[in-house]
Amino acid sequence: MVAAAKLRKAQEMAEKGRPYSNKMDMIIQNLSNAINDPSNAPKLLVGTGEDKSHLCVVMTADRGLCGGFNTNIVKLAKNYFNKILKESKNLKIITVGTKGLDQLKRDYGKYIIKKINFKDKKKLSFQDAESIGNEIVKLFKNKEFDKCVIFFNKFKNVMTQVPQTQQVIPAKKNEKPKEEQHSSYEFEPEEDEILEDLLPKNISTQIYKGFLENSASEQGSRMTAMDNATRNAGDLVEKLTINYNRSRQAAITKELIEIISGAESL
Amino acid sequence: MSDNFNIEIISPEKKLLTDKVSSATIPSFEGEMTILSNHIPLITFLRPGILKINGSKEIQYFLEEGTVEFSNNNLTILSSTIIEISALSSEKISKMIEDGKNQLNQENLNDKTRYVVSHKIDCLSRINL
Repeated sequence: MVAAAKLRKAQEMAEKGRPYSNKMDMIIQNLSNAINDPSNAPKLLVGTGEDKSHLCVVMTADRGLCGGFNTNIVKLAKNYFNKILKESKNLKIITVGTKGLDQLKRDYGKYIIKKINFKDKKKLSFQDAESIGNEIVKLFKNKEFDKCVIFFNKFKNVMTQVPQTQQVIPAKKNEKPKEEQHSSYEFEPEEDEILEDLLPKNISTQIYKGFLENSASEQGSRMTAMDNATRNAGDLVEKLTINYNRSRQAAITKELIEIISGAESL
Repeated sequence: MSDNFNIEIISPEKKLLTDKVSSATIPSFEGEMTILSNHIPLITFLRPGILKINGSKEIQYFLEEGTVEFSNNNLTILSSTIIEISALSSEKISKMIEDGKNQLNQENLNDKTRYVVSHKIDCLSRINL
């Protein structure tokens, strides 16, 4: 099966990509713990202090026929949009992938500020994610939005994909009770300078992670959908064959009866 | 061996290397530094340069940027632009130098990028295969 081979590849990629984003998370965690004065911290980490406009990045597939994959993300995103609009905040949408765009543009067309798709690309590379990441950072620096959320499907297993939202700006702090500081790091150069360099990278990383999870989910979802379709078609064929045979036999019996009763009446 | 430590090199696509090494020289942003085991915990980021690893065998990588964390004798290097030097060819290097020079010719570069790019060119031209 083609889908199975594709799925295995995508799954492998997703699993290989996980350590990078996990480590990145950890480092940022350590860094943000080290910052004592939140007012001086980079805006990407702590936010602008306002909550007026939201940027939503909706990641979907470029191709259909993959079950509820695209619809699930879009449904989740729509719920979120409605919540934001109800609170009369500004909404801005970036769509990645054409299928999501198709489903969103009727109701939310006027909020969409950018459409990205990678239809002509076979494999997504980190550079692609980086270009989106840079775009987002640029918009943030221009004060176009206060909060950025991404929507994607997390790959759990072949049967289950969980649509997810993840806030990337401001980078969410895990409010852990402060354990004893297991290691106080030496920073070179200063903390905020490292953060300045690291945070944009983190956004690209998160988006790349979204890509990978999404592509694995897409293949998984497509495989299940296609498997179901095949099985369903098999069932249909079986039923129709029985139907055909039955009516054929009925016709034969009818003809026989006609012949026999014709001969008897002579 | 007590004076070895663990190293992990991770790119967004995959884990490039996990090994036990005795020393690693990294092109940190403020200058090259060599890390031995029991170094104090450290977080820093990298500029273009050569990463030298002294483990079961000696390996050199070229990278353009990256982030490094060292704690409890675990060194983690995250970089999206890392390539083993033995995988580079002289054509590739001269192409990268060319690209860098073109980038330098652009106006509206800030000082930091200018510094990073010119450093990259320096570093690349010093590589001899």
